[in-house]
Amino acid sequence: MNQTNILAGKKVTELIPDLFSGRKLKDRLFLIGIVIFSLLTISMVVLIIGSMILKGYHQINWAFFTQSPPDTFQAMMAKMSGKTIPGGIINGITGSLYLVGIASLIAIPFGVLIGIYLYENSKKKYAGFIRDITDVLQGVPSIVIGLIVYLWVVVEITHGYSVLAGSVALAIMMLPLIIRSTEESLKMIPDTLKEAAIALGTPYYKVVMRVLIPSSFSGLMTGILLAISRILGETAPLMLTTLGNPAINWNIAKPVSAVPLLIWQFYNDPNMVDLIWSSSLFLMGFVLLLNILSKWIAARQK
Amino acid sequence: MNDINTQPSILTIENLSIAYDKDKLAVKNVSATIKKNAITAIMGPSGCGKTTLLRAMNRMHELYPNISTTGQIRLYDENIYDMSTIKLRRKIGMVFQRPNPFPTLSIYDNVIAGYKLNGIKLKRSERDEIVETSLKNVTLWDEVKNSLHKKGNFLSGGQQQRLCIARALAFKPDVILLDEPTSALDPIATAKIEDLLIDLKENYSIVLVTHNMSQAARISDNAMYMYMGELIEYDETTKIFTNPKETSTQNYITGRFG
Repeated sequence: MNQTNILAGKKVTELIPDLFSGRKLKDRLFLIGIVIFSLLTISMVVLIIGSMILKGYHQINWAFFTQSPPDTFQAMMAKMSGKTIPGGIINGITGSLYLVGIASLIAIPFGVLIGIYLYENSKKKYAGFIRDITDVLQGVPSIVIGLIVYLWVVVEITHGYSVLAGSVALAIMMLPLIIRSTEESLKMIPDTLKEAAIALGTPYYKVVMRVLIPSSFSGLMTGILLAISRILGETAPLMLTTLGNPAINWNIAKPVSAVPLLIWQFYNDPNMVDLIWSSSLFLMGFVLLLNILSKWIAARQK
Repeated sequence: MNDINTQPSILTIENLSIAYDKDKLAVKNVSATIKKNAITAIMGPSGCGKTTLLRAMNRMHELYPNISTTGQIRLYDENIYDMSTIKLRRKIGMVFQRPNPFPTLSIYDNVIAGYKLNGIKLKRSERDEIVETSLKNVTLWDEVKNSLHKKGNFLSGGQQQRLCIARALAFKPDVILLDEPTSALDPIATAKIEDLLIDLKENYSIVLVTHNMSQAARISDNAMYMYMGELIEYDETTKIFTNPKETSTQNYITGRFG
């Protein structure tokens, strides 16, 4: 009834264009807003990568990947004569790979097994408890993990800074990521596949090992690679556990260097500042590569 | 049930009751004999316990939580609840509602998946033979013989379902259980599977759960009608469809409910 009163005296054609332009205006404003904010986000990434490349590229050469860092005197001499700083970060590269390798060896079996347990027993109270604890673990500041590992491993086991201590700290940081990604990617597998295997008389552990894990392989790999790229840049826990090493080291009970540790050391030495940028560029390039690899694996399986 | 008793039987179900969560009986005191080299259809409205009964025949129902089973099922003279599930499921194969070939395996490996998953070693010639005869049995050989080592995801739904039947046949089972095997397929693919089942009963005994009464009428030799977990009537299919003894069966057959 009221409607007819409101509309009284107005033609339909008068009402429609008003409404129409109002909606279109809102739509446009919204679109412009989205474009501006997304450009802002993208420009951050472009600026970061761009400045790394601009400041770091001239230090990237063969020596960068094959030699250890120079001492501060050599760096100063090179700087004063306007040359690039000699030496490289091979001790950091090998150290990072060593640390991440051992950390993965520790974290992947544990993480995948716990993930399988959570998937299989998702409704049990104990599983819910583990899930909550995993979330808590993910929220623990990395420096705290470093401190704890210092107490447990550096003081008690290796009696000094060591690869083992650093790896344990990184493994603890990887665990929650791997547990959750394992559980999530297993959940994506349809139950019918499990039934098919069980109906063939397959014992349960073989169903898990030969059907569930291969079927969710791409998800598992993606989770693991993302976890690795997450810990590659960790610095704080490494400072308290492996300290750093001016030379290459393969002894698990001795300190080792890592790329982020080197960046921190270069930062503290005014003669080495140039090496910060090339090291950062390397680290970021490596992480980016891992990310692209994990995306590629995820896409290939589909 | 006169004539049906004279046929040789393969499975004997005796006083079988299956309960979920203590009190909810899904199958109530069912006794019946499944006949050899015949197609037995299990019909009934949704939730009548037909799928649970079928799954109980190779103990797949034990996957559900909090299940309790009383009574027994014998394969020939052996109680299946005393057999190992590995041995039992080699003798009683199962095909599901939706085709579920293993997406990570090739067509070839899908057929011998039962051997592969159980770690049973076969000679190459034996493997080739099993794959070829199983695929020929399901009339899929000519369609896939040139792409045996490709993954099966380019196959149509009907082809995938026939691949799943081949996978069940590869173990040379005595009985094949099918849980509404054509409900996800189009009419042409359905017709192919039905023809296939009629061919297969020469060498295998088949139990088929179906929602589709005309399918049961077309291909089954014997038919069970279940309602609320009870086996209401079990007889030759022609008798069930032309002259059922129970009014409940009559009502279901004529489409008055269910």
